[in-house]
Amino acid sequence: MSWIKRLWHRLGSPRWFYEMMQPWQTGFGFAALVLLLIGTVWGLAFAPADYQQGNSFRIIYAHVPMVVLAQSAYMMLGAAGLVLLVWRMKLADVAMVAIVPVGATVTALGLFSGAVWGRPTWGTWWEWTDARLVSTLVLLFLYLGVYALREAIPRAESAGRACALLAVVGLVNIPIIKYSVEWWTTLHQGATFTVTKMAMPLEMAAPLIVNVLGAYCLFGYLVILNMRTEILRRERDTQWVGALREAQHGI
Amino acid sequence: MAFESFAEFIAMGKHGFYVWLAFATTATALIGLVVFARRRNRLVWRELAEEDYE
Repeated sequence: MSWIKRLWHRLGSPRWFYEMMQPWQTGFGFAALVLLLIGTVWGLAFAPADYQQGNSFRIIYAHVPMVVLAQSAYMMLGAAGLVLLVWRMKLADVAMVAIVPVGATVTALGLFSGAVWGRPTWGTWWEWTDARLVSTLVLLFLYLGVYALREAIPRAESAGRACALLAVVGLVNIPIIKYSVEWWTTLHQGATFTVTKMAMPLEMAAPLIVNVLGAYCLFGYLVILNMRTEILRRERDTQWVGALREAQHGI
Repeated sequence: MAFESFAEFIAMGKHGFYVWLAFATTATALIGLVVFARRRNRLVWRELAEEDYE
């Protein structure tokens, strides 16, 4: 168990994170590019058309990766908030700053591609009585709320704790999104994937799996890059950033 | 290939508008996220460099 303790201790060090995460950033970036290109071309041109929806079903290859990521990113945001509140770990605050813009963007994209898919499929862009749609809109507002809260509070430490609290409370929305298609009657179709079954033949599902993995890699790349930028900004007066700067500019 | 010709691929049955709108928006926004994140990183580096000459 001692290695867990050691890792936990190191995670408290922004410098350690900055240095260790450089290769992960590069790796996630390349993996995202390759996976998303393969998954998208495969899904758009090679997967068979749906027998009911025809070709409009191909929007799934853009829609599902974004909404899956939107929810996972929020869970990470909530987890980071919890860590910040309980252990006051600086890096958790940095993680929240890094996740919010990415989470908000992918949630907005999920809502948008969902609306564009809904129009030819259900005959409507949006339906206020649909629990899946409205709870996902609430998710977008939670991201925007956390963003606005940080902008509104001038003292960085208070802002961080307020954001963390909102992010943790907002976690209740995640199971609501997940079970909305079961608890209420919705236009939205049920889950495509569960742990035990697949509601899709493999030739349709494979490109989707590739794109979901690609989306996670892109998220990894963006969050690590954003975190490293934020660490650099916050630690600019420390000795190790000074040394880094000298190495960069050869002064 | 799920399509007979390139024209059919672009048309996506009768759903070309919806399919291409969804993909174009998603791709543009994701590329935008990467561009902004990289630009912000460069900006912080530039600020660091300028502090040096003060």
